[in-house]
Amino acid sequence: MSSALYDIPGPKALARHRLYAWITTALLAALVGWIIYMLIHTAQFESTKWVPFEYQGIQRLLLTGLANTLKAFIWAAVLSLAFGALFAAGRLSEHRVIRWVSTLVVEFFRAMPLLVMIFFIFIALKVEPMMALITGLTLYNGSVLAEVFRTGVNSVSRGQGEAAYALGMRKTQVMTYILVPQAARAMLPAIISQLVVALKDTSLGYLITYEEFLYNGKLIATNLDYDLPFIPVVMVIAPIYIGMCMLLSWFANWLARRERHNPKTKGTPVATTPPQQI
Amino acid sequence: MNVLLDNFSLYGKGFLGTLELTLYAGVLALVGGVIIAGFRVSPVKALRVFGTTWVTVLRNTPLTLLFFAVLLGLPRFGLRLPFTTFAVLALACYTSAFICEAVRSGINTVPLGQGEAARSLGMTFIQTLNLVVLPQAGRAVISPIGSTLIALAKNSAIAGSFSVTELLGTYKPLNELGYSIIWSFIWIAVGYLIITLSISLLFNVLEKKMGVVR
Repeated sequence: MSSALYDIPGPKALARHRLYAWITTALLAALVGWIIYMLIHTAQFESTKWVPFEYQGIQRLLLTGLANTLKAFIWAAVLSLAFGALFAAGRLSEHRVIRWVSTLVVEFFRAMPLLVMIFFIFIALKVEPMMALITGLTLYNGSVLAEVFRTGVNSVSRGQGEAAYALGMRKTQVMTYILVPQAARAMLPAIISQLVVALKDTSLGYLITYEEFLYNGKLIATNLDYDLPFIPVVMVIAPIYIGMCMLLSWFANWLARRERHNPKTKGTPVATTPPQQI
Repeated sequence: MNVLLDNFSLYGKGFLGTLELTLYAGVLALVGGVIIAGFRVSPVKALRVFGTTWVTVLRNTPLTLLFFAVLLGLPRFGLRLPFTTFAVLALACYTSAFICEAVRSGINTVPLGQGEAARSLGMTFIQTLNLVVLPQAGRAVISPIGSTLIALAKNSAIAGSFSVTELLGTYKPLNELGYSIIWSFIWIAVGYLIITLSISLLFNVLEKKMGVVR
């Protein structure tokens, strides 16, 4: 609330704010009311559309979908962390050729739309859907993570590395004992925010017929026997997706907050601006 | 090379489709994002709650799910619009959440004293906003808005899978015509690179012109 735009309100301003608050609340209530009216009006709460969710087969279908989504996410997360570490090391390398190649790879995969890569792997290279999805996610998120790692390591103050070299440590030792542990602390929130992106993007598997959560939801939604329950399916699936992502985002925020109050890192600037979560 | 020359009109159509999606959704998202950011910093609690909910929900929604809900769900809801309009709306809503966060953090970079000084000089709210806060906040948000718009251009590829004409969708007719699938993808990639690189060039120029070191 402390923004440069507003002063501390006096009695008149408070009364005005209360009026605005009432108007907003009334408008929002009207909007919610209209949505509920439309839902009832278009018969979204009819039992034909909701009964299928009681069938065991349907529940199993949704659960396998969810499991497939999580499977793709975990694979993609682990692989992109490895990919990111590898190419961050490449970009920090002292050999010019390795540096150039890594920069080229990272910048290319960051610039390409993820879906174009996934389609390319799926259609042109004829890879099966799950592998195509995981590969695409790994290439894209791994490249973004490589940048996160690189800026994180670079943000550790120079004296740390220099002191370690002065003590006679080797390059690898400086990296693993001095730079990475300090960088990791500051980078963790940014890494987890990027994993949220990976989790969200597993739903692209829907477009290449990978049997994940959304795809299985569509199978139910397009069933004529259940009277095409598109909206009920969205009402079931969306909260689960959003809930999972929010949980992970919340964890990242919690870590970031804890880092800020941690006496060990107090005073050291947090390395990276969290990446754009897109 | 042949793939591009033989099907120039097809590629052109897809390229223009992507450009159109990006442009319309970008403008809508900018307007919406600024409005929602205004809500989020306002002293009225109801507006703040609405803004926060909007941003939190949309930032944590997979875009594919949003497309599914808007393009396939809303028609069942009694709303019938052309698919392109729906796609623009879905992209704009999604992107507006990220624009809002960029703008809000831009406003938050303006030190409190700036607003206090402006008010103590007798400036009205509009004057404070126009002459003091926005010029400073605007500079801070140029580069995050640039990367958000680049992401928007890349995200528009999803629309192609929901029968909207855009660049990625061109691979399908080409595949049926028997052209080399790898080359058709290479030209699609070049198309996207042209769009994203021009956006990033534009914003680099803007930043050089307007950005200041603080």
